[in-house]
Amino acid sequence: MSSSRFVAHHVAALPKSGIRDFFAIVQQMKDAISLGIGEPDFVTPYNIREAGITALERGKTSYTDNRGLKALREAIADYVAGNFDVSYDPETQIITTIGVSEALDIALRAVLNPGDKVMYHEPCYVSYAPSIKLCHAIPVPVATRPEDNFALNIDMLRAAWEPGCKVLLINFPTNPTGGTADRALLTQIADFAKEKDMLVLSDEIYSELTFEGVHTSIASLPGMRERTVFLHGFSKAFAMTGFRVGYACGPAEVIDGMLKIHQYAIMCAPIMCQEAAIEALRHGGESVTRMRDQYRERRDYIVRRLNGMGLPCHLPRGAFYAFPRVDGTGLDAMTFAKSLLHDQRVAIVPGTAFGPAGAGFCRASFATGLGNIQEAMDRLDRFMNTRLPLVVAEQQALKS
Amino acid sequence: MNAVLKLILQGEALDAGKLADLLALPQIEIDRQIADLKRDGILLGWRPVINPDYEADNAVRAHIEVRVRPEGGLGFDRLAERIAQFEQVETCYLMSGAFDLLVIVKDTNLRKVAAFVHDRLAKLEGVQSTATCFMLRAYKEHGHLITVTRPGADQPSVSP
Repeated sequence: MSSSRFVAHHVAALPKSGIRDFFAIVQQMKDAISLGIGEPDFVTPYNIREAGITALERGKTSYTDNRGLKALREAIADYVAGNFDVSYDPETQIITTIGVSEALDIALRAVLNPGDKVMYHEPCYVSYAPSIKLCHAIPVPVATRPEDNFALNIDMLRAAWEPGCKVLLINFPTNPTGGTADRALLTQIADFAKEKDMLVLSDEIYSELTFEGVHTSIASLPGMRERTVFLHGFSKAFAMTGFRVGYACGPAEVIDGMLKIHQYAIMCAPIMCQEAAIEALRHGGESVTRMRDQYRERRDYIVRRLNGMGLPCHLPRGAFYAFPRVDGTGLDAMTFAKSLLHDQRVAIVPGTAFGPAGAGFCRASFATGLGNIQEAMDRLDRFMNTRLPLVVAEQQALKS
Repeated sequence: MNAVLKLILQGEALDAGKLADLLALPQIEIDRQIADLKRDGILLGWRPVINPDYEADNAVRAHIEVRVRPEGGLGFDRLAERIAQFEQVETCYLMSGAFDLLVIVKDTNLRKVAAFVHDRLAKLEGVQSTATCFMLRAYKEHGHLITVTRPGADQPSVSP
């Protein structure tokens, strides 16, 4: 007898990611050039790694305060005040988590009752809708578009609202589109959130990787600190994905609710990783600037090449992803990505991995060396000029 | 920094055609800039970075600390330039501290390096003393870490 009866209904009902098969093919194709990686290609700067090693050498192997080391929370408070212009009390308004993923998960679990609705913009990070559903809540996606540079369109946001929407989840700069939101747009979003009395969860994990203009946190806008949970971490800016350290800052009552879940489920982030995170905040600034400059060079190159070969691509103002439109070729994103992978051994991720609004697009990460990107673009160009017309003809024949 | 030079230093692409593509410049402009960099003595040349422990390279390297007596009007320059002329000398720096010149020498075996120090370097007028240290093993070469395990070996090739 199948054991599936033991799996909770709402978990069983979660759809498996539609691109799992695609990911499995890529994993087996070891000689493929992958533009499918959602993490920095840089190794964590050595001074940060060294801080973790020192912590181990000194025998720091214990649990910490559930909220995280006091020194880390103080460093986070200083960093957020200095870079995001919003102040939090390290004793009551900051919690350290296992990456921003945990911070988002426990924030949702702390505030959502069954049946509550959560608005978020799409295409978006793969976990948003499932995390909401795991809280027995209802996802309310709002599509973003290339004509708005994948920033939220305030009219579309208002049109998507419905009674029961309690939380607005935003992520600027955005994975997978590289969309950003300037102060004027964030002010409109803030006014909307206040008008509808919504809590804002703001995932700002890519904020340091903003290439044009200044990143503004919605939490810093008038009247928003009280209704925003600011979510951040070390993975992207400091190339620390494997350390798994993130944090949340917000109203004491909400952070306290998150702390209850965190203390029972997780206990605390690993102490040596917290020590490394302190070093990142105190002395990691130059490394961030150096990496950002390299991402910007790569972005300019890949976007120019994509547009040059007839795959329209907006200029992402943040994060490390290009998000070209591929359906103008006559193929849907999945068919395009699979054909490219098989024909030229280049992996890009079909936009549908990031929600239905990603249909017709693919995500190409530029978190890899410029030489790799150049070779991948040369292969893509070859694919466009040789194999693509044949694939399109095959597809049309299949349909007719 | 000059954009062409910056890319060359990153080691991503040495070929003028690839540089032209990356920088969206005509290849003739890349050629001109490279010629200018060479003419101005900024770009001295390039060569691949090889693991110094690669056996087929068949090389022995030594770092030699040289103390010299500076000459009146020419200071250290004349002697340093003479030492730098030797084929075996890969690198020659004037240093602050306990010695004056740091000379890095490469040859095919230990005996030849010893002969260079004994028969050539030590006999030069103005050389007061030498201290020769042979390199035993490389851990990093021109910014490239030489390690057994490569970072990222466990990284999945696709992630969200």
